[in-house]
Amino acid sequence: MADRLGPLLRHALLLLGAAVMLAPFVLMLSLSLKPPAEIFAPEFRLLPVQWAAVENYTAAFTKVPLARFLLNGFIVTFCIFAAQAVTALPMAYALAKLRWHGRDTAFLLVLAALLVPPQVPAIPLYIALWQLDLLNTYAAVILPSTISVFGIFLMRQFFRTVPDDLIAAARMDGLGEFAIVWRIMLPTAAPALAAFGCLSFIWNWNEFFWPYIAVQSEQLMTPPLGIAFFSDTEAGTSWGPLMAAATVTTAPLVLAFLLAQRAFVRGVTMTGIK
Amino acid sequence: MARPPARHPGARAEAIAAWLLALPALLLMWAMLLGPAVAVLLLSFTDWSLGEPEMSWAGLGNYLQLADDPVFWQSLRNTLIYVGVSVPATVGLGLGAALLVESVGRGRAFYRAAYFLPVASTLLAMALVWEFMFHPTVGFVTQTFRALGLPTTDWLQDPDTALLALAVIGIWQNLGLAMVLFVAGLQGIPRDLYEALAMDGADGAWERFRRVTWPMLGPALVFVVAIIAIRSFQVFDTVAVLTEGGPNKATEVLLHTMVQEGFRFLRTAYGAAITVIFLIFTLAVTVAQTVLLDRRAHYG
Repeated sequence: MADRLGPLLRHALLLLGAAVMLAPFVLMLSLSLKPPAEIFAPEFRLLPVQWAAVENYTAAFTKVPLARFLLNGFIVTFCIFAAQAVTALPMAYALAKLRWHGRDTAFLLVLAALLVPPQVPAIPLYIALWQLDLLNTYAAVILPSTISVFGIFLMRQFFRTVPDDLIAAARMDGLGEFAIVWRIMLPTAAPALAAFGCLSFIWNWNEFFWPYIAVQSEQLMTPPLGIAFFSDTEAGTSWGPLMAAATVTTAPLVLAFLLAQRAFVRGVTMTGIK
Repeated sequence: MARPPARHPGARAEAIAAWLLALPALLLMWAMLLGPAVAVLLLSFTDWSLGEPEMSWAGLGNYLQLADDPVFWQSLRNTLIYVGVSVPATVGLGLGAALLVESVGRGRAFYRAAYFLPVASTLLAMALVWEFMFHPTVGFVTQTFRALGLPTTDWLQDPDTALLALAVIGIWQNLGLAMVLFVAGLQGIPRDLYEALAMDGADGAWERFRRVTWPMLGPALVFVVAIIAIRSFQVFDTVAVLTEGGPNKATEVLLHTMVQEGFRFLRTAYGAAITVIFLIFTLAVTVAQTVLLDRRAHYG
């Protein structure tokens, strides 16, 4: 169907769509540079007449501890990915390459856990963390995400493509199974692990539902929670600083995405269609 | 740790190693996902509230109460409308974008990045930008409607449009995901099928789409619909930050009701019951997906 449309028309349609998709990003940047009077000007201009970038970005970092939110975002996403990788890699190897009783059951459990949306465990986890007196700590934000069944699944699919000879040779060299995971499988898995790392970073940076429930203290807020908090305290009055904060929060993701686009898209498609 | 070449003596060691390797992940999986999922189910049959010392069995009490709760029904209806609007729109536009992107030679990387960017961005931050897009006087959406001579309103504050406005944000966010998945599906279609069709003398674009692309895309289509439906059922961020379920419960959705009941009003068991309903709907999507894909595999 698309073939009949001239190439020019196809590009025109795609460009129109791209404009709609990118408009919010452009608007966000544009508003973050403008003083209040120009934000509500009846006619939209891409660039401000009077620049207020310095004021807006300064306000974003001083009215709320935005730098702290970003730091929290990096701490939380790093700890989560480290835990996910350390647990997922050995299990994925055991599922893909070792023969043991219980392997099929374990894999079924992984598939079952994949079907549980992340919001379902929220209430029992909240109760458990409350009893352990861990609510409103980094641990509360990090612990529920330390396991990624998606990651296990992704790495298992990848490990199955690794030739058995490679593992047999390693065993001949006297390597044990633990050494094989970290010295043979990890290096070969680097591309898949990178794709998983991108996905994990983006998901956990953007995660709002759980931090919203588990954290009250401003000092522990992750970037999305911090933005919501900022929006709440300003009650929609100061769009410039709010958009500056939104830009700063989104920037690391956009950069990560553009740098690792291929790995990212591969990670998304690999799990589903194969 | 030298391993004897014969298989049998090594089998035991292999099994022990496998268990040890899988153990941390298995334990965490039970502690963080499967255990709590079971706990939610059990909790939904009790009368417990957070902080209370006593817990007693309430049977179907919470579910009967849900059946009598107008807010719950409103919330369920809103969720279904939200899913019903955003899934066809996201899938349809995603498929259109995928077909177009695959049909152009140059600029593919750019289009793919542009359409996919919203999937990777912080929804919460972008939701606030959309709040400005929906601003009743200076928002892009309002201005576009005015320029076209169409009526406008305060989109997010008008009970008739608030849910649709949120659905638009959802469509915008997930469209790129649908597109990327469809592109992968399109690339999996063997070229010879198109060539065979051309041999038959039928190589019009519509014929190609109807006789090869569409039937071959079946599994991908089912998969994309399921993924987008599950993501749509999980709508929460935009509601929490833009409308808080208002105006007048017009955007109250399942997860938002669950958080309100379970965490704000501390009606823990009641919140658990809502979680179970939410889980049933997402599982139903997966079951439907499996059935459809199975049937295709057998008879398709």
